[in-house]
Amino acid sequence: MASDGTAGAVPEAPASPGSPDELAGLLEGTGYLADPGIATAAFLALRMRRPLFCEGEPGTGKTSLAVALAEALELPLIRLQCHEGIDAGQALYEWDFPRQLLHLRALEAAEGGRLSVDAAEQSLYTERFLLARPLLQALICAPCVLLVDELDRADDEFEAFLLQLLDENAVTIPEYGEVRAETPPLVVLTSNRTREVHDALKRRCLYHWVEHPGFEREVAILRRRIPGIDERLARQLTEAVQRLRSMELLKPPGVAEALDWAQALTALGKDELDAETAATTLGAVLKYSEDLDRVRASLDSLLG
Amino acid sequence: MSTPARGDDVLPGLVGFAAALREAGLRCDAHRVQAYLAAVEQVDIGDPRQLYWAGRVTLCSEPDDLPRYDEAFAAWFSGESPVRRRPTLPVSVQPRIAALAAESTTGENTADDERLSVAASEAEVLRERDLAELTSAERRHLRELMAKLRPVPAVRPSLRYRPARRGRLDARRTLRAMLADGGEPSRLVRSRRRTRPRKAVLLVDVSGSMKPYADSLLRFAHVVVRGAPSDVEVFTLGTRLTRVTRQLRQRDPERAMLDAGRAVADFAGGTRLGETLRVFLDRWGQRGMARRATVVIFSDGWERGDASLLGEQVARLRRLAHRVFWVNPHAGHAGYEPVQSGITAVLPYVDRLLAGHSLATLERLLREIAHA
Repeated sequence: MASDGTAGAVPEAPASPGSPDELAGLLEGTGYLADPGIATAAFLALRMRRPLFCEGEPGTGKTSLAVALAEALELPLIRLQCHEGIDAGQALYEWDFPRQLLHLRALEAAEGGRLSVDAAEQSLYTERFLLARPLLQALICAPCVLLVDELDRADDEFEAFLLQLLDENAVTIPEYGEVRAETPPLVVLTSNRTREVHDALKRRCLYHWVEHPGFEREVAILRRRIPGIDERLARQLTEAVQRLRSMELLKPPGVAEALDWAQALTALGKDELDAETAATTLGAVLKYSEDLDRVRASLDSLLG
Repeated sequence: MSTPARGDDVLPGLVGFAAALREAGLRCDAHRVQAYLAAVEQVDIGDPRQLYWAGRVTLCSEPDDLPRYDEAFAAWFSGESPVRRRPTLPVSVQPRIAALAAESTTGENTADDERLSVAASEAEVLRERDLAELTSAERRHLRELMAKLRPVPAVRPSLRYRPARRGRLDARRTLRAMLADGGEPSRLVRSRRRTRPRKAVLLVDVSGSMKPYADSLLRFAHVVVRGAPSDVEVFTLGTRLTRVTRQLRQRDPERAMLDAGRAVADFAGGTRLGETLRVFLDRWGQRGMARRATVVIFSDGWERGDASLLGEQVARLRRLAHRVFWVNPHAGHAGYEPVQSGITAVLPYVDRLLAGHSLATLERLLREIAHA
């Protein structure tokens, strides 16, 4: 067993799969087709009570894994979107100052000037005025799935701050006291690898590098997610998308773009991908004009 | 040693595997090995697929680890004897940059004192000297001068606030002050935005034509990295792109240079500036590293390939970065004209074309970065 505080005798989550395959089955029920790697990584994260750190190209399904896990395990999903300059106030908690001020004024009026400083202060730092941000929320309503999305966008000081939370599953709010999760949340951290995340953080997590799905899996994802899509069209699309990924584009399409494209085609009532259809709908997959120009110039080779 | 499932005690096999991975260059410390053993307990180790993944998610920590893990996994669990697949330090790879430095480190120590006594006046002269034309003694002296540089990172506004005399009203602190005064809003506390260091990315061309400068420029990069270890990234460009930030973060310059030299496989080779720059932008730049950063390219712009690709990529860089500086050692020489195809292709997209052939010009560059 791991020696850190996250492991040990803690109550099981509501749905507790006994093997990676069983978890993959549960995930499939929500429409997320996990390959053995993702299924094992998520299974181990669940069993070992360790955060799961997912890295990979944008659009490989890191974020949707967390969403699917929450649904499959019937747990609430709490999401923290990281950005440059994110701080404890935005991630953990804040005091509701305007309401505190009003409360103070009301007290003053009610007490007619006989306001005791200690009593006033005590009444200000109660749950009533505590604004729980995602991380605190996750501790309060655990068991749950906590998604810390795009951690690589946050400044690196933020990681140090996260470290403490992941280690102890608790935070101390000076004016209020400690908030500790009975059951540690299942934490999924994602990164697009725009910068390297501290080894200290990675060491506490399971690491999974998420690849684009293989051909058959991607076809299956399309058929699963776009109801009524023709099998032949799904295969054609997947072939084209996978070819696009090998074309050295500025932004190679991810699974999300493949889904967008499929949706666009079905919305137009197309059941085949020909050069003309592709040309008019290419904007659903490619988001740079340079990429569009390059692909339009060689549409025939795209369709094979 | 065959499959670990066979014997009663699988522990030595698993620990041995972790050791083999360490041998192959993965950073699997005791903490990770512990996690690995815990993970193996949770899966069915009779199933090679589960065994594979249990190790992969606990022992690997970056994409570069994955091929090495695959190789070691195949070798270890296929029943092959655990021979060292490759030595930890391939003896054939000589620390090429360190070799450049070594010329001067062999200089005798006894000469030190006399040399330093006249150093002050020499220093001024040396600052202006071309880095490519230094003797080994001068090179050594220059290294000392370089170590004394104190780069100041540029700043950008942060999202956070700090107390200030003017600025927006700070409700938290005002309330605190009110409580202290028994509820009277006697003092309004204000706050302003903090500043944060602006990221900087240094791209150092280490191709053949830049060889006389590469060692000094990497040393310079080391100084800049040490000044702000978490806000500076360094890559070398040549026939391929190599990230050397991690190596240059080490405090000891000699160690840092030695490790960087080991990492750079294409030292003094050819140039494919456009292509390597594209690799940088695809893998790192576009995803965030170059966004709002100050990017400095150290290169003579001697492009063997098609210069239009280089131009395209620098144009792309320009759209991502806050400032793009191009440092060309030849730009400081008398009579220099930016006529090489590479330079003419990039000129429209760079904010400044700077010289970088001497310590003085590198100091100027530091000032430019600080004010970028």
